Amino acid sequence: MPTVSSSDTAIEVIDLHKSYGETEAVAGLSFEVRRGEVFGLLGPNGAGKTTTVEILEGYRARTSGTVTVLGLDPQGRPRDLRERVGIVLQNSALYANLTVHEALSHFASLYPAPRNVDETIALVGLQGKEDGRSRTLSGGQRRRLDLALALIGDPDLVFLDEPTTGFDPQARRAAWETIRSLRSLGTTIVLTTHYLDEAQELADRVAIIKDGRVVAEGTPQDIGGATAHQARVSWTDEYGAKQEIETDMPTKLLHEITGTALAAGRELTGLKVSRPSLEDIYLDLTMEEPGDE
Amino acid sequence: MSNFAQQQAPHRRSAVTLAWRQYRLERKLFWRNPSAAFFNLMLPLLLLLLFGAVFAGNKKYVDVIVPGIAGMGVMASTFSALAFNLTFLREQGVLKRVRGTPMPPASYLSGLLANAVTNAVIQITVVILVARFGFGVGWPKNWIELGIFLAVGVATFGALGVAFSHAIPNFDAAPAYVNAIFLPVIFISGVFYDTQTAPAFLKEIAQILPLTHLIDGLSAAMVSGKAISTQLGSLAVLLAWGAVGGVLAVRGFSWDERGN
Repeated sequence: MPTVSSSDTAIEVIDLHKSYGETEAVAGLSFEVRRGEVFGLLGPNGAGKTTTVEILEGYRARTSGTVTVLGLDPQGRPRDLRERVGIVLQNSALYANLTVHEALSHFASLYPAPRNVDETIALVGLQGKEDGRSRTLSGGQRRRLDLALALIGDPDLVFLDEPTTGFDPQARRAAWETIRSLRSLGTTIVLTTHYLDEAQELADRVAIIKDGRVVAEGTPQDIGGATAHQARVSWTDEYGAKQEIETDMPTKLLHEITGTALAAGRELTGLKVSRPSLEDIYLDLTMEEPGDE
Repeated sequence: MSNFAQQQAPHRRSAVTLAWRQYRLERKLFWRNPSAAFFNLMLPLLLLLLFGAVFAGNKKYVDVIVPGIAGMGVMASTFSALAFNLTFLREQGVLKRVRGTPMPPASYLSGLLANAVTNAVIQITVVILVARFGFGVGWPKNWIELGIFLAVGVATFGALGVAFSHAIPNFDAAPAYVNAIFLPVIFISGVFYDTQTAPAFLKEIAQILPLTHLIDGLSAAMVSGKAISTQLGSLAVLLAWGAVGGVLAVRGFSWDERGN
């Protein structure tokens, strides 16, 4: 891993531990988030993702380890830090009887240098809903207001916890566009998600957490090491059975297979060359062996 | 994308300004929930009108019910409302959201408490006006004494309400929990009758409860005009409850849903 100067680092976590009584939810976790990147935090339920993020957000105290967020220790929730961090929580808690504009104006007044309210409404795509009370918004619109409330303080760093859960495909695409435009504005984003395609689509780098530890960290393209990214050639043979071979040299393998088939005058139905998606690698890394408990 | 706000020098608002803003927001929200506002303000008024109409002309009884309803109004708008609202705000995640902003916790809670106090003051005012013009009860005899008991009353019941919200497991259970305390307390404490006429064992329980002493104090200030020097015992009991409530309110406070 290249060493980077601290000014390029948004978040640094070194050997983080968090125990609840006898159970260790986070067991020696380390990773780093660089400024301006979208960092995806992945892992199965109960892996320690939420605990980790809540420690970074200042909601929880750690048992041991070093945590630095924008150069500050989040424990004790320094106001300097809260002014520069935006948080989107999993459940959207809104004042049902406030309008979108009123809610944003109120929260803007809590920050020393807030974003413009109308600009923020446009950024999340809530134009035309300014004067609608929160209770009249659809589920997707509520999530967008949620995001807007996290962005109103013009934060340097935004935590997004499952930002598109329950979205229809169009709403997801729209949310992704918003996240991309945020990134292009230079905002650092920590994204927790269950959707591997979302991480693949948005994240510059991801860390996969399992049992309170980071089991892999890297770009979605090369996480898991070279062998995890071997090409897979698959086809259906003359008996109708599905065949799959992993290889470093797909060209050579393909040439051999197709050569044999041509010579025998057979057609290779369903012939496909693929690379494992982030989802395949994720499942490989986090799958529990039966009886592994 | 740049904007003007960003280019201005950072301007951090004071804790007092933020408490004021929160208070203004809470008032706006209070009036935007008409059924809650109606219930909060009209229930004591309705009870007063009802009992007043039934016992109109019985000056002795009206003199009991006026400070009684006033005391009940203080308890309802502080203890019940805060226990109820905090459970809701905690369960909804509003407290957690606020905690993630630069809002100082003390400013936020001050805004919430000031909102409850405003409702208590509105209720007392309504009770005084209805008593004066509806039932011919005179103006309160001692305004300073009234102010002191009102201040101590809202502080005590406010603290107890915050403390009690920690004991409520979830919002669905909140009405049951709150009423399980509120209803027996208003009956035993003599909102609707003179505790001196109650059976001995109820009288003894009443002597421990803070509402009895708030009503005694309000009665002295509003009806009998007894000097505050005769009410120091009641003041002491109220303050003791307030101190216990305050400690429990602060120690048990949780911004997050239970179980987290």
